[in-house]
Amino acid sequence: MSEEKLWRKRGSMSYEEPLIFEKSVAGQEGFQVSSQAPAADAEKIIPKQLLRKSRAELPEVGEQEVVRHYSRLSTWNYGVDHGFYPLGSCTMKYNPKINEFTASLPGFAMLHPEAPESLAQGTLELWHRLEEDLAEICGMDAASIQPCAGAHGELTGMLLFRAYFDDKGQKRSKILLPDTAHGTNPASAALAGFEVVEVETQSGLLTPELVKPHLDGSVAGLMLTNPNTLGLFETHVAKIAELVHAAGGLLYMDGANLNALMGIARPGDMGVDVMQMNLHKTFATPHGGGGPGSGPVAVKKILEPYLPNPRVVKKGGHYRLDCDRPKSIGRMTGWYGNALVWVKAFTYILRMGKDGLKLASRLAVLNANYIRARLREHYQITYPDSCMHECVFSDKGMPNEVTTMDVAKRLIDYGFHPPTIYFPLVIHGAIMVEPTETESKSRIDEFISAMIKIKEEAAATPELLKSAPLKTPVSRLDEVAAARKPVLCWSVAESEDK
Amino acid sequence: MCADKSVRAPKRFKMSFYCPHTENEIKEMLEAIGAKSIDDLFATVPPEFRLKRELNLPAGMPEPEVEAELNRLAGKNKSCSDTVCFAGGGVYNHYVPRAVDYLLMRSEFSTAYTPYQPEASQGTLQAIFEYQSMIKSLTGMEVANASMYDGGESCAEAVLMSARIAKKPQGAILMAGGLHPHYRRVIGTYTKHLEYGKKVLPITPSGQMDLDALKKEKPGLCLVVQHPNYFGCLEQMDEIGALAKEKNFTLIVITCEALSLAMLEPPGSFGAAIAAGEAQSFGMRPGFGGPLLGFFASREEFVRKMPGRLVGQTVDREGRRGFVLTLATREQHIRRAKATSNICTNHSLMALTAGIYLSLLGKNGLVKLAGVNLERANYLRRKISESKTLKLKFSAPVFNEMTVELGVDAEKVVAALANEGILAGVPLKHHFPDMADCLLVAATEMTEKAQIDELVRKLESAARSGR
Repeated sequence: MSEEKLWRKRGSMSYEEPLIFEKSVAGQEGFQVSSQAPAADAEKIIPKQLLRKSRAELPEVGEQEVVRHYSRLSTWNYGVDHGFYPLGSCTMKYNPKINEFTASLPGFAMLHPEAPESLAQGTLELWHRLEEDLAEICGMDAASIQPCAGAHGELTGMLLFRAYFDDKGQKRSKILLPDTAHGTNPASAALAGFEVVEVETQSGLLTPELVKPHLDGSVAGLMLTNPNTLGLFETHVAKIAELVHAAGGLLYMDGANLNALMGIARPGDMGVDVMQMNLHKTFATPHGGGGPGSGPVAVKKILEPYLPNPRVVKKGGHYRLDCDRPKSIGRMTGWYGNALVWVKAFTYILRMGKDGLKLASRLAVLNANYIRARLREHYQITYPDSCMHECVFSDKGMPNEVTTMDVAKRLIDYGFHPPTIYFPLVIHGAIMVEPTETESKSRIDEFISAMIKIKEEAAATPELLKSAPLKTPVSRLDEVAAARKPVLCWSVAESEDK
Repeated sequence: MCADKSVRAPKRFKMSFYCPHTENEIKEMLEAIGAKSIDDLFATVPPEFRLKRELNLPAGMPEPEVEAELNRLAGKNKSCSDTVCFAGGGVYNHYVPRAVDYLLMRSEFSTAYTPYQPEASQGTLQAIFEYQSMIKSLTGMEVANASMYDGGESCAEAVLMSARIAKKPQGAILMAGGLHPHYRRVIGTYTKHLEYGKKVLPITPSGQMDLDALKKEKPGLCLVVQHPNYFGCLEQMDEIGALAKEKNFTLIVITCEALSLAMLEPPGSFGAAIAAGEAQSFGMRPGFGGPLLGFFASREEFVRKMPGRLVGQTVDREGRRGFVLTLATREQHIRRAKATSNICTNHSLMALTAGIYLSLLGKNGLVKLAGVNLERANYLRRKISESKTLKLKFSAPVFNEMTVELGVDAEKVVAALANEGILAGVPLKHHFPDMADCLLVAATEMTEKAQIDELVRKLESAARSGR
């Protein structure tokens, strides 16, 4: 091993960490299965043709090295617990630690989903109360907390649309959505078998005039995100709802951005028939580096019969599961959804209460508007109105062909996670900043200073931006090469080459 | 907390510990914005829709009180910690090494978002790449994705993918009679609006798929087989694989006890196009059924038809190895309505959990653990076959789960034994009305022989007194 390589492997600050497979040493074990329990003689029990011929390629590594491996890998990550994470439309607020504790209580974590109802009364009560709380926050009549993620909630909502119209004997094949919609909206509508019709927005908003020409008997409904992905409140939502309803359709709201509205305005009061919300955004459950989330749907009375099976119902002081619901769209998951994520969100709602939730939304909107106001001289803002929980800038007018990508990567060098970039698609080089309420003014001021400094660098030393990030374990990665010739798994041969 | 009067809260703005703003700061911020009050910022929300009352929720509570309430709720449950658990049916009570829990507390992993910025997310990305490699090898397939929500959803997505693989998607979705009834229902939900027929193939008295019935089937969209099946029985995978090949079925092999993959010849060896299922056994608690971990693997030729996220290896500008999310052109944020699935948030932290678990257990440990499960289950099986009151419903070999005929209503027996600290299994009558007296019983490394003996005694006595 060369000195350089040795240093890189040992140097505590270089953090080079091989694949776990490359740390494997034949004969090492990270866990003792059992000293007493004999293993069966598999050959006597399992027919030969069904017995595995060679062992799966798993690593052989002692416990300490496994712990080091994942500890070192974790230092290559950036989470909300590290610092500011203003990823637009993702609501990366602080994840209170009490939530982790309550979800780990054995009564919740060790409960088997096939336990008889009499053994599951605590979770069933929490399930019932959380659905009631979420319906109240959204101004809806009922909720189902079964969908496992936002997109799963959207799909559930689209299947509810379908079941509703099937039940009425109507064939409606189209879903309208604005050009600012999250990609999951059209994908979810398509997955439920709908044809997607994109409606152009004006000045970032949908208006009744824009929607009207598309409405006819073939339209099942409209999907709307509110506040939308530009951080703007869809101020015509009630009028649009009226139009959609008059044409016999339903209104779906993507509630990914509910963090702007808690205790302030309720989608149900504005004509929304079905919506999903994201517990891993608005309700402070950690995102886990890409899940688990939870994407409950809330509905108006007319859609309740179609909600996924089973439903939890309360009778006297007792809770039970009701599967006898012939109009239900059916099961969305193997069991009931992400029950331990519910515990975290429920803990959060109890802790915050009605005042705390409202305060959170007010401060989230304050933070976003503050960033917008402070940065508007430096980065082009997209629309003149004040924003809700997030603000969107464009890279138009950046000097020296500096792009949004360059700005984002340079932000990493300044110790910040970049905002959402290049979305929404209607904005050139979009930079979508969502600070959330949990960031203090001083932290936000640091972010603003970094953004202003980057703008100065774009004019004076653009090469610095083009080569960013410089302070990460790896520099910019070749995503094109990754997709052209995908290497999706480790192979023995490749490691031996190294 | 917001409403806590013991904190000297500024008059107008009640404080929340999760909202660090002081009144002065709020004033400064409003000045910078040029607004008089926070209310002004909501000017675009039409006044008639602003909520004129408080939300009908309790006021916020201090942390100790919240903890007490959650303790009360958790205490109303009786979990696998309070009982001896013989329930399985897709979720198993295995031991989770403490190092798994400890590492999952690294909030660098848990408080990150989906790794959109690879330079700041190499930890998650490398861990998922390693997980994909482990699943690939365990299933004997060529590629695996970054995770799905759970086995049921993974199974439904596999069926949808088979339609993308087919040149002319048509015919029926053929499902083995031993497919998990919940999974069958999720497939139903996901495909209700599509034109494919659905057919459930019968099982034989051995508890396995009726191969003669399969032989008579016309080519369909796909053939979904669970192995070991819902009743615990091993399917005749070699013959099923050969028949699927002969009849040109797209073969989907489902496994909901992933531990069995350590010991059983993997789906890839039997010609599966897709191997999917539930990997909760790899380090996840039962958690009342979520979050779990849907695994999903396929042959390389179909990789661009796969749902979900994929992590791929690449290089940085200095040629160093690094990892990125890749083949995004399949996905919703690029392809929108034409995406291979709508999945965005998946179950990344659960994939990390499985990666840590499998690293600890390792190549030999996992096989050993499977061997202990096989031993315990076959000890139970022997005891039941020797019993005068209990009967094995099926004759096929099992891995760690089996169907027991009690001769009396199984649900009542489970309720009675629950009071004695035993979760005896899963009664089958809700899914299979003709098996009202049958109980699905799993034995794992967590069920000691003495406890198995006790279970058998109690089942016998319940069966006798129930008659």
